[in-house]
Amino acid sequence: MAYQFKKELEKPERFVGGHRLCAGCGAGITCRAVMRALEPEDKAVITNATGCLEVSTFMYPYTSWTESYVHSAFENAAATCSGVEACYKALRKTGKVKDNFKFITFGGDGGTYDIGFQSLSGAMERGHDMVYVCYDNEAYMNTGIQRSSSTPRFADATTAPVGKEIKGKQQDKKDLTAIMVAHGIPYVAQSTFIGNFKDLHEKAKKAIYTEGPCFLNVLSPCPRGWQYDTALLPKICQLAVDTCLWPLYEVVNGEWRLTYEPKKKMPIEDYMRLQGRFKHCFQKGNEWMLESAQQYVDEKWEQLLEKCR
Amino acid sequence: MAHLDRLSGNEAVAVAMRQIDPDVMGAFPITPSTEIPQYFAQYVADGKVHTELVTVESEHSSMSVCIGAAAAGGRAVSATSSAGLALMYELLYVAASSRLPIVLAVSTRALTGPININNDHSDAMGARDSGWIQIYAENNQEVYDNYVQAFPIAETAGVRLPVMICMDGFITSHAVENIEMLEDQQVKDFVGEYNPEHFLLNSKQPLAVGPYDVTNYYMEHKKQEAEAMKDAKQAILDVAKRFEEMSGRKYGFFEEYRMEDAEEALVLIGSTAGTAKAAVDELRAQGRKVGLVKVRVFRPFPAKELAQALSRCKAVAVMDKCEGFSACGGPLFAETRSALYDLENRPKAISIVYGLGGRDVSTTDIKKLYDRLENIAETGETGEIYTHMGVREA
Repeated sequence: MAYQFKKELEKPERFVGGHRLCAGCGAGITCRAVMRALEPEDKAVITNATGCLEVSTFMYPYTSWTESYVHSAFENAAATCSGVEACYKALRKTGKVKDNFKFITFGGDGGTYDIGFQSLSGAMERGHDMVYVCYDNEAYMNTGIQRSSSTPRFADATTAPVGKEIKGKQQDKKDLTAIMVAHGIPYVAQSTFIGNFKDLHEKAKKAIYTEGPCFLNVLSPCPRGWQYDTALLPKICQLAVDTCLWPLYEVVNGEWRLTYEPKKKMPIEDYMRLQGRFKHCFQKGNEWMLESAQQYVDEKWEQLLEKCR
Repeated sequence: MAHLDRLSGNEAVAVAMRQIDPDVMGAFPITPSTEIPQYFAQYVADGKVHTELVTVESEHSSMSVCIGAAAAGGRAVSATSSAGLALMYELLYVAASSRLPIVLAVSTRALTGPININNDHSDAMGARDSGWIQIYAENNQEVYDNYVQAFPIAETAGVRLPVMICMDGFITSHAVENIEMLEDQQVKDFVGEYNPEHFLLNSKQPLAVGPYDVTNYYMEHKKQEAEAMKDAKQAILDVAKRFEEMSGRKYGFFEEYRMEDAEEALVLIGSTAGTAKAAVDELRAQGRKVGLVKVRVFRPFPAKELAQALSRCKAVAVMDKCEGFSACGGPLFAETRSALYDLENRPKAISIVYGLGGRDVSTTDIKKLYDRLENIAETGETGEIYTHMGVREA
């Protein structure tokens, strides 16, 4: 059946309100959208890395999750999920568990690109039947906007600040999605919040219902860290894909496929201008930053097109 | 019917695991516990267990797997040593505070700094305050028996704490001894089925584990955990009684060896007890009133019972196979001396740190120690309280 946004929204929520995420936070939007892709008759166990999402959605004694949920630490969400999934297999063998369960892990970029990377890589290599969803907001937001390996070059972060000599983060963002593709897992995709959420919904559904380990990387803006007016969230996401900074694509059993090609590729400065973290890039004398950022996006985009051909 | 078999300590644990047939094992190799997952992997490969063996990429992940699996509603096991246990440190607290009855076999080994693969208790002692029940073995028979008792203790309602089953690396883990084995069915019946009332995979009632616990709740939860550790004492004795009925082998918090009229005593943990017992026998033959207490259960610490066992002594040496770097003695000494404080006529107590990184200990060393205790008992002068035994002098 074709995707109908209205119909999807009529489903009972599986990530409910009352949580303490900031207004305009991408993490909650990611979770809500991914959980909508779970068929109503299926159950899931959610694993969550420590981070904004965890402390805001399961503050004792309240939870925003209608499904079973487990959090243990920052760097081990994938391993914790591995344990749950392995136990599911064992209890299915003994007949103690009869229902269908799906296993979905959520982690921020800190818990995924950095401290949880080893655990993620191990779980993917072992082939657990699980989906790892990274809500990528490009810094350690829970502790106060410290740079991560996902933070883009030039962005202002509290451990990579804009100073007189050094202007924000000096390194390019780690291409984690490509690294996950290199694990040879059956499904890897990038998405974000575009239009009627069709892209994210369909990818989440594929990730949940493809057997084996799957990885979904969702650009999930953070109003505090990125310094934008919360109302601009959809526009920022649209520009992220229209500038080709965050291309929407999926890799199914090693086959790369673009799922969205902008009609007109927008300049990266349109995206950067809306965010306070790039403010210094627009100061006189820093034009080279915008040029450099554009060059990087162009190169990465060409490489991706090559892979998708 | 029980039968004898020749097994290393590691293999004895692996056999006990096979007999229990847990749901999930998180496995990562580290000397000297590596054989445990090796033996177990063969049982999995031969279809002798239904266990899901999760061969993770680190000990941090093996404990994470155990946490996930135990929260999901299964029995979860792992095995480790030394740096592996240290890498699990963060998650030991998570496992205990989430009240997950995981069983971890520890073939104890020195901690790196500098690297050393031989036995001491630095690894397990470093985890002594993590909320895990800790049970130590003197020999292969004991580690096998302790392992069989672990799940029933851990799963006791009101306890629900994880258990570390510790044996001395190489000395116990690798030495082959004759062990009286239990039949598979006996072990299965003894351990029973595990049916937790709350678990992640319960489709009728979802469960949330591992909350952000704010100041309003955290302390109550920690108090509950502390109460559980207190309650574990009775559970350990109850399970031991049931075990004795099945096997004829008796276990308690500690073993008192020739303590009936002992005036000088050692308090120690693990395989050194075998050496020390031989020394006690020699000295007893000479008419000396010496004995020893071998601590089996270190967490929960049987303070009152231990103090009682030592109450008639004049001098006690507490032997730690671990440096605590407190600058005033090892961890077993700190606990023991604290326990003695409540006695009206307490014995003099000294701290002996020994056997670090596999440094050997002989009956001669032990006899010298009893001589020192005799001197303390006679003179009432303790002398230096905190010393190291078996150190080569420059």
